[in-house]
Amino acid sequence: MNLSERLTTDRVAAPSQRAARDSLRSQIARLERELAGLVAAGFPHISAAGHRVAVGEREDSPRARPAPRLPGIEDLERERDALVGRLRDTEVAVAQRELHERRARALLQEMELEPARHKFMRLRVADLGGRGCGVYEVRPRLGLIGMLAGWWRLTLSSGCPLGRGRALSARPASLSSPRDRSRSFGSASRAASRACSRASAAGGR
Amino acid sequence: MSAGVHDIEAIEGWRAREVEEELPGLGVAFLHVDLPRSPSPLSASPQPLRERLQTLSNRFNGAKAIALRREPVPSAYRVFFRHIGLDPDAFPTPIEAAVRQRLIDGGFLTRSLLADTLLVSLVDTGVPVWALDAQALDGPLGVRLSREGEPLGGGRQSPPLPGDRLVVADSRLALATLFDEPAAECSVKGRSRRVVLYALQVPGVSWVCVEEALWICRSTLGARG
Repeated sequence: MNLSERLTTDRVAAPSQRAARDSLRSQIARLERELAGLVAAGFPHISAAGHRVAVGEREDSPRARPAPRLPGIEDLERERDALVGRLRDTEVAVAQRELHERRARALLQEMELEPARHKFMRLRVADLGGRGCGVYEVRPRLGLIGMLAGWWRLTLSSGCPLGRGRALSARPASLSSPRDRSRSFGSASRAASRACSRASAAGGR
Repeated sequence: MSAGVHDIEAIEGWRAREVEEELPGLGVAFLHVDLPRSPSPLSASPQPLRERLQTLSNRFNGAKAIALRREPVPSAYRVFFRHIGLDPDAFPTPIEAAVRQRLIDGGFLTRSLLADTLLVSLVDTGVPVWALDAQALDGPLGVRLSREGEPLGGGRQSPPLPGDRLVVADSRLALATLFDEPAAECSVKGRSRRVVLYALQVPGVSWVCVEEALWICRSTLGARG
């Protein structure tokens, strides 16, 4: 029995208004649990944000929380229908995601078996369903020599870039001024390399 | 009402007939506690409590925050939110709001002894607890529907409530809308020496869980029942 049939059966079976509301509440509970399961299993590729953002409203704009109440049958039906819609959307998103990952895994297998046919092709680990910033890439062995000789191989990058550069953290704290510390990784390492070249030039003199 | 697992006995609050008929699993549990003379409940938290918050901060990352909705107690509150016309994705349940804030701030930030105590209990059990100044209350707590134009907490400045909203109330006044902070008139002040801790029980959350949450609050505050 599919979902809409189950819901229809529940609705027809309700003999009175209160029983109908109870039935709707149990449907809402079941749908909410199914949805929560899908969202949690699909993290981070399936969106957890379910509410619709109204026209002219920003996603992060503050909104007044509606006061809790005892919803009537119409409200509960609306809530149930909205959840059914969200569940369907999420199921579609999960299916699309699974297809995407299956294709990515097939491509990775091809890249591994025939790297020369996929020169410089990159594939993110996230596309395979993994977490982190790793990237598979088909690269030549020994750089230019490998390119000329046709020696291609599949490599995996080491992951996410560091939050701050090693050059900056290796410097003693006493040497780095607050201004230095507030610079980005790039400018700080440039400053460090300038200081190194000045020191080596002075040593050479 | 059942005896607590930690030698406390929370009191089961009353429910208005229409609430009981419509939401049979909803309940309010409360506990009177006498605070020690010092420290004030609004003073800074002691070091052990701050360390506890830090330890709890390390339990949560983005994946855990999303996976939380599958756990029994947070899931029960999500379902109940939908039953009372709130969308937990737009207006998160207390535990999800706390974890979301932890991700934004990079940790559970310390605010005061009372606020940190309620937060530790919430993160540990998933059950939200609120505190009221016992002096501002009249009679036992319960859940009922608000009356049209009724002021929250009875203050002159309080905005009037629309009718038929679910509120926590004593025998006289509506004190807080469900799952919201209490009105300023009955909230705990620095000089409060007797407070009432209350928690909301929803279908799927056992009485033991609710008592556990209240017990954590009482023992952390160093209070006597």
